[in-house]
Amino acid sequence: MVKYFLGQSVLRSSWDQVFAAFWQRYPNPYSKHVLTEDIVHREVTPDQKLLSRRLLTKTNRMPRWAERLFPANVAHSVYILEDSVVDPQNQTMTTFTWNINHARLMVVEERCVYRVNSDNSGWTEIRREAWVSSSLFGVSRAVQEFGLARFKSNVTKTMKGFEYILAKLQGEAPSKTLVETAKEAKEKAKETALAATEKAKDLASKAATKQQQQQQQQYV
Amino acid sequence: GRLAPNMKREYDQCFNRWFAKKFLKGDGSGDPCTDLFKPIKEKEIPIEGLEFMGHGKEKPENSS
Repeated sequence: MVKYFLGQSVLRSSWDQVFAAFWQRYPNPYSKHVLTEDIVHREVTPDQKLLSRRLLTKTNRMPRWAERLFPANVAHSVYILEDSVVDPQNQTMTTFTWNINHARLMVVEERCVYRVNSDNSGWTEIRREAWVSSSLFGVSRAVQEFGLARFKSNVTKTMKGFEYILAKLQGEAPSKTLVETAKEAKEKAKETALAATEKAKDLASKAATKQQQQQQQQYV
Repeated sequence: GRLAPNMKREYDQCFNRWFAKKFLKGDGSGDPCTDLFKPIKEKEIPIEGLEFMGHGKEKPENSS
């Protein structure tokens, strides 16, 4: 998730004055948070553009709650790189600025385009875009996903537990224990088997008697 | 790397003069201050290998 910013500003000075001032603005009364500024690379391209890379260090001012959550970040200044392209032929300047440390906490990227103001050629307009992102958004999403996965797993366990206890409780007289019921069932089965054996025996003997009687009748 | 404080002052003066009087006016005679630009080798701040203007990064026009 990225927070996006778009803004437009106007400086009531000509483009060449603004571009020259760009290199001379530190220090100023409003830049107390800017500790150092240094050019680390500069070159003029074959097509007459000036490429520069400037390294800035700034204080890392955070709200109290952030200082408590991220104590390791408190002690370190922020290192920022500002890349720029000055194109005097087209009277434009483009800058791209971003922090190169504290990146795991937050990255702020800014892209500016300076050009002659469309309404007044003696003025300069700045189109400023910024993107604020934090990998902490990813952490909070991961925590949510893990929480949901664990919850779903627990729901499955809940339902299985319910089914288990319901099966256990069904088909059983309320006052008896499972062990007593099992014993009773065993006894009942025994009785039934015995009765069946007796009955079979009885039937067999009856049949035998009838046969004897039939044989006797045949010799008269 | 960066310039030592006194060298920085000299370099900045040279650059600002050339920038406003020559470069912005279309004078293609090249940067005369390169001789004054002698940065100190510095290991603390890792700025090697970072793409100029952040090229190669996808930059959405607008995302919330």
